Amino acid sequence: MHTPNKTPRKTLRFPVPVIDPIAGSRGPSAIRSLQSRTLLLAAPVIAILAWTVVYPNISVIVGSLADGARAWKEFFASPADREAVVSTLIVSVGSVIAATLIGVPLAFLLARFEFRGRRTLSAIATLPAALPPLVGVVAFMFLYGESGVVTRIVQHALGLERAPWSLTGLWAIVFVHAYTMYVYVFLFVSAGLERIDTTLDEAAEGLGASRAVRLRRVTLPLLTPSIGGAMLLVFMSALGSFSAPYVFGGGIRVLSTQIVASKLNGNLGLAYVETTVLALAAIVGLVVLRRFERRRSYAMSGKGRQTRVVVTSPLARALLPALAIATVAVLLLPHAMVVLVSFARDGAWTTQVLPPEYTLDNFRRMATDPALWVPIRNSVTMALIATAANVVVCFVAAYLIVLRRFPGRRLLELLVAIPWAIPATAIAIGLASTFNRNDPLTLRVLLVGTFWILPLAYFIRGIPLVATAVEGSLKQMDPSLEDAAHGLGGSWLMAVRRVILPAARPGLIAGALLAAVTAVGEFVASIVLYTHANRPIAVEILAQLRSLAFGTAAAYSVLLIGLVLTITLLARWTEGRMARSGSPVGA
Amino acid sequence: MTTATLSLVGVTRRFGALSSGGSVAVDGLTLDVHPGELLALIGASGSGKTTTLRIIAGHEMPDEGRVFLDGRDITALPPRQRGFGMVFQHYALFPHMTVGDNVAFGLEARGVPKAERRERAARALANVGLANAGGRQVQSLSGGEQQRVALARALIIEPKVLLLDEPLSNLDPTLRRTTRDELRAMLHRLGVTALFVTHDQEDAFAVADRVALLERGRLLQVGRAEELYDRPATRSVAEFIGRATLVPARVSGDRAVLTIGGVARDVHVVMPNGETGDGSRYAVLRPDALEMADPASSGGWPGTIVERRFAGALLAYRVALAGDIEVEVHTTERGREIGESVGVRISREPVAVV
Repeated sequence: MHTPNKTPRKTLRFPVPVIDPIAGSRGPSAIRSLQSRTLLLAAPVIAILAWTVVYPNISVIVGSLADGARAWKEFFASPADREAVVSTLIVSVGSVIAATLIGVPLAFLLARFEFRGRRTLSAIATLPAALPPLVGVVAFMFLYGESGVVTRIVQHALGLERAPWSLTGLWAIVFVHAYTMYVYVFLFVSAGLERIDTTLDEAAEGLGASRAVRLRRVTLPLLTPSIGGAMLLVFMSALGSFSAPYVFGGGIRVLSTQIVASKLNGNLGLAYVETTVLALAAIVGLVVLRRFERRRSYAMSGKGRQTRVVVTSPLARALLPALAIATVAVLLLPHAMVVLVSFARDGAWTTQVLPPEYTLDNFRRMATDPALWVPIRNSVTMALIATAANVVVCFVAAYLIVLRRFPGRRLLELLVAIPWAIPATAIAIGLASTFNRNDPLTLRVLLVGTFWILPLAYFIRGIPLVATAVEGSLKQMDPSLEDAAHGLGGSWLMAVRRVILPAARPGLIAGALLAAVTAVGEFVASIVLYTHANRPIAVEILAQLRSLAFGTAAAYSVLLIGLVLTITLLARWTEGRMARSGSPVGA
Repeated sequence: MTTATLSLVGVTRRFGALSSGGSVAVDGLTLDVHPGELLALIGASGSGKTTTLRIIAGHEMPDEGRVFLDGRDITALPPRQRGFGMVFQHYALFPHMTVGDNVAFGLEARGVPKAERRERAARALANVGLANAGGRQVQSLSGGEQQRVALARALIIEPKVLLLDEPLSNLDPTLRRTTRDELRAMLHRLGVTALFVTHDQEDAFAVADRVALLERGRLLQVGRAEELYDRPATRSVAEFIGRATLVPARVSGDRAVLTIGGVARDVHVVMPNGETGDGSRYAVLRPDALEMADPASSGGWPGTIVERRFAGALLAYRVALAGDIEVEVHTTERGREIGESVGVRISREPVAVV
């Protein structure tokens, strides 16, 4: 008989200050003290985010207009830029189509059917996401590049004189994107399928709907928001993608690479225009995605029971495991290839299908040669600094967003989300244009060319990851827990220490680990901002590749994959421990 | 345990600007809770019960009006300084703490030494029949046990006033009935002043000494349950509390004429709040104040049984009278069947009019 949500959620919050002057002047001190504490917390967080997230973007826009409209005119007149815009769109749309075609069927297969090999396949299916961006690209080069293993095998098998394909151009970029980005679609659709109460399907079946009708009229409509959201996410990722176009683009220009090229050519005005265009496109994407997400959760009643159909048709029984094994192989090949090449002697692998000589030298040198050790130390140090800052700022931000009502809450929400939408290239150009001199009047500090520019970039990229995770944890908390702590006489600090922090902890740990993983392997912002002294692992991998030291590059990649895997497993482990020790009682 | 008088004076709380679709959650509410009294705040969803409770607890500020405790204005006092105990609808037990730590939280907040905390928490748990549960995890508790832990946690700080927000709504019906009896007994034994919010009038009648009925943020009536039932102040009260059929009545003095299908009956009536004045009103016909008679017998209205429902000790018959009026009659008579022609007459007077 109880009625959940009978009061609108906002009645559970503290009121925003009344603007009515009379009411304001006699505003009761209790809530006012809490309100002023909220504002006291919000002000520095908003200031930090405005300074690091918004200001650089404004600086870029201002920079693009520095010469009047000259840079903009140049942009619209330049055939190269027109080509870049068109290519970016083609790559993005192509990536969406490819990722959807792979992700949706795979999600259905794993969620709805029981067959041999299903468990292995579902364990492996998200692995491509665990490849640091540049490492994935490197692995594809080793596999499908002109002198890649698969390419060579096909060439030999068909007795061709030259490689059957070259991994360059638009299709190469889309190919790489499909591999890494289908995971988004797969995860969204899997989660969507999990949320669908299968009794809905059973109800439709009981009403006489065939399997096709149920798919079309029940399952797909319920999944539309998930699929749509995932497609948009892929579109935005592809829009800002840098590594694949940078390495495989060949003659192809896309906006992200064009920005870096303009900057290297010293045409800063044009680089700012291109950055503005790219960032604006991303912001539009973000706004659309938010709209979408708001509509995403159909109120699913019930427990969302899952049932998997055991495959019975003999043909499918024979084919599905084979297909599963093949898929697993394709998914694992890049990782395996990187590991294999990491043991190859630098310079020995030329025209052979597989590297001819194997050695432990690459790893030995990485541990002993100080010059090779520096990037590892750099990446780990900078990632730790950035993550520590993320933890502090994002905990406060998430607390304010989820549990407090105050003017500026929406602004804070937006500030936290922006770095997620803006491509790393644009973030990097923004930082380069802002923190390039000491000027207290315009709040500028010279960071470009120093160690600190990269931790700052990593911090910015980590903000949405940590904040979203903490928000997720806090949203699961029954908001009356904080009220209960206050009502029992607990001070604000005691409530934070004994109630809020414990509730936020799972998200804080998961978010911090994710941010650390991303920072350790970061490439895109790094390539724009690094100096020789603070060069991170990913930049060093590229340098090694350029000097054809494939073995060393692969060894670094293996190290990165190892770090990522360790941290991911650590995250899973702590999550598991959290789950066992109890999740917050939902409201 | 301390007792206190809690007073609300003209408390009003609005959400959003009225001009842009905002609403008044609580509208000029004035209400007293006497020392040691159990007052139930009832009303439909959105009637402002929970907002009122949150204003009393200090989690919400009234836009207008004042809250007094023993004559002291506490409107502006933060929740932590009020010393009220609150049992939340979903209990709000801290999921990451043991049962004992949950119960002891209020003592921890008051800087009570650990040993004493443990001892008092154990005692509080024993008081609610959960001795030895201190080391258990909150998740391992059943709904009823969680409710009792929440109660122990609220009572351990010896609250001046205990607030309960739908404390029974998460319990299954059987557990609910035993729990509310226990709750009433325990609160009376401790002599604690308590205010509890519920949308279920049965819960309210079973636990509370007095009942306050809210509708759209306004107080319709406050009084003992039978007062609200027998002498509803308004038509809304009559319709909300219990079952009733409202029948047009011509009042003159303390008598009224009820006419159904051309058959007029003269009954003794009672006016709400001692109002006087003749005129057209509605008589509140309660199922337990009606009885069945032979269709031909005098003093009754003829009708046909259209529904028959077993309600434990009584049988509930719905009888269609003339003029589209249907009444419900609760009686121990079991022999009547649907379709049967019967007479219905008033068995208990005075009849309330609104």
